[in-house]
Amino acid sequence: MNRKISEKLIEMLLFASAATAIIIVALILIFLVKEGLPIITKVGIIDFCLGMRWNPIAMVGDPTYGIFPMIVGSFYVAIGSLVLAVPFGIACAVFLAEIAPSWARSLLKHSIELLVGIPSVILGFVGLVLLVPFIKDHLGGWGFSILASSIILAIMALPRIISISDDAIRAVPMDYRDASLALGATHWYTIRKVILPSARSGIVAAVILAMATSIGETMAVLMVAGNVSMLPSPIYDILDPVRPMTSNIALEMSYATGDHACALFATGIVLFIVVAVLNAISHRALKSRMGVER
Amino acid sequence: MSALISPVTADKAAKVVLWASAGIALLILAVILGYIVVQGVHVISLSFLLGSPRLSGAEGGILPAIVGTFWLMVVAMLSSVPIGIGAAIYLAEYAPKSAVTAVISFGVECLAGVPSIVIGLFGYAFLSIYLGFGFSVLSGGLALMFMVLPWIVRVSEESIKTVPNAFREASLALGATKWQTVRRVVIPSAIPGITTGVILGIGKAIGETAVIMFTAGSSLLMPMSLFDPVRALPYHIYILASEGISDPMAYGSSIVLLVMVLAINLAAIAIQRHYGRHYVRN
Repeated sequence: MNRKISEKLIEMLLFASAATAIIIVALILIFLVKEGLPIITKVGIIDFCLGMRWNPIAMVGDPTYGIFPMIVGSFYVAIGSLVLAVPFGIACAVFLAEIAPSWARSLLKHSIELLVGIPSVILGFVGLVLLVPFIKDHLGGWGFSILASSIILAIMALPRIISISDDAIRAVPMDYRDASLALGATHWYTIRKVILPSARSGIVAAVILAMATSIGETMAVLMVAGNVSMLPSPIYDILDPVRPMTSNIALEMSYATGDHACALFATGIVLFIVVAVLNAISHRALKSRMGVER
Repeated sequence: MSALISPVTADKAAKVVLWASAGIALLILAVILGYIVVQGVHVISLSFLLGSPRLSGAEGGILPAIVGTFWLMVVAMLSSVPIGIGAAIYLAEYAPKSAVTAVISFGVECLAGVPSIVIGLFGYAFLSIYLGFGFSVLSGGLALMFMVLPWIVRVSEESIKTVPNAFREASLALGATKWQTVRRVVIPSAIPGITTGVILGIGKAIGETAVIMFTAGSSLLMPMSLFDPVRALPYHIYILASEGISDPMAYGSSIVLLVMVLAINLAAIAIQRHYGRHYVRN
């Protein structure tokens, strides 16, 4: 009898631990909405998300809260990082999975683990002291730029893209490779026409996941993006500074009060939604791949 | 193009490019680590490691930041490890295939995807203001707990699932209860994997900055209690670098933080090797 009660008690305790994560997620949503929603309803969701001017501490006139340049900034630096990291990452993954001798494979694998471990603030710092002056001196502009942010984010995204793509490539059945090679195709032709297409959905999932992570990253971009809350002009000028949503929160939260603080929480809501949607797409892509595989 | 270049040439060229990509990846890592070490190694000394900062950190040492980082990790791990392992045991051993279980797993996935700055915002609103913990070791540590909890649940669940079913059946057949089986048979078999996961979790949390910016505070004084504010090492690096206080000090602090992360990862690898278990890190 006694034993039965204690067994039940333990199960309830374990259930409570398991429920903690979902409770925290619920609390995060409640607090974001509680703090952020008033300003969104006050300004209007359209004006908040598509407004061009962020001027929370207005000396003259009313403060304005438009985060459109920051939404663009977040996507801009994240997509920029993918443009750099995806081809390079896939090349490294193909190298790892297909042609690396075992010593090279273990060397690269360990290096990637080392790269994952480097705290983002240190990558941002290296970007600040190496990359920003380099861009300023050799490419022009202020140095703090979309380009600098994209490069730093690409370095952060690289390990994840490499390891998931490596797994996806290695999951391609040996038969496919053998069949193609037996038909007289070269190794590279086999990689390009057989292996990469078969591994495509896994690689796509990796890329979307990397995008979500890049949009959610704070410290590394905060230190190199320049943090000017305007659209780059002209829009394709990657040497212009931007202020991604994460930087906006990190920069101003320490002194914001009243509506201003609310607007930062509202920025957090938008950021949360964007990242959650991307994560969901990536999970779906991974799941559908599991379904197809035998 | 393929008509102009023979397949064999293309094959050779492609392999050169792939080798080069791998080489560049190694080069990037070497440049980052090498630059920091070369710039910062002359700052490292006993008085730097064990001294107190002066002039907002432009001179002196970083001991309070090291101690602050240590206490943040202690709070984060003491709170996340029991809950995380408990959750993993429930999910791997007890959970019925039901909608409730699906919601719980979904919650873990969701929490893992929340951007760190949003966790920081939430930690500020909930822990510092609503619960009244203020800017303190406690707020910062609990906010870090929100961040590492999903990781600990996931790695623990994976290690528990690799324990062969025969172990469980043998124990149950001897008349042990479910909890006895879990506690005496399943957990001991899964403990190397769980330990490795927990240590890697510390490695992830220790360099985190955005989560603790508005929760742990930025005091450069030595923390004396859970309710004292601290400035963790990564935040210290950020302030030194971005406010232009002192680059050399930032390099020195970066080396210390890198050594900590490296030591933690090596410890995890050592445990993994020692138990000779196949452990996949993603």
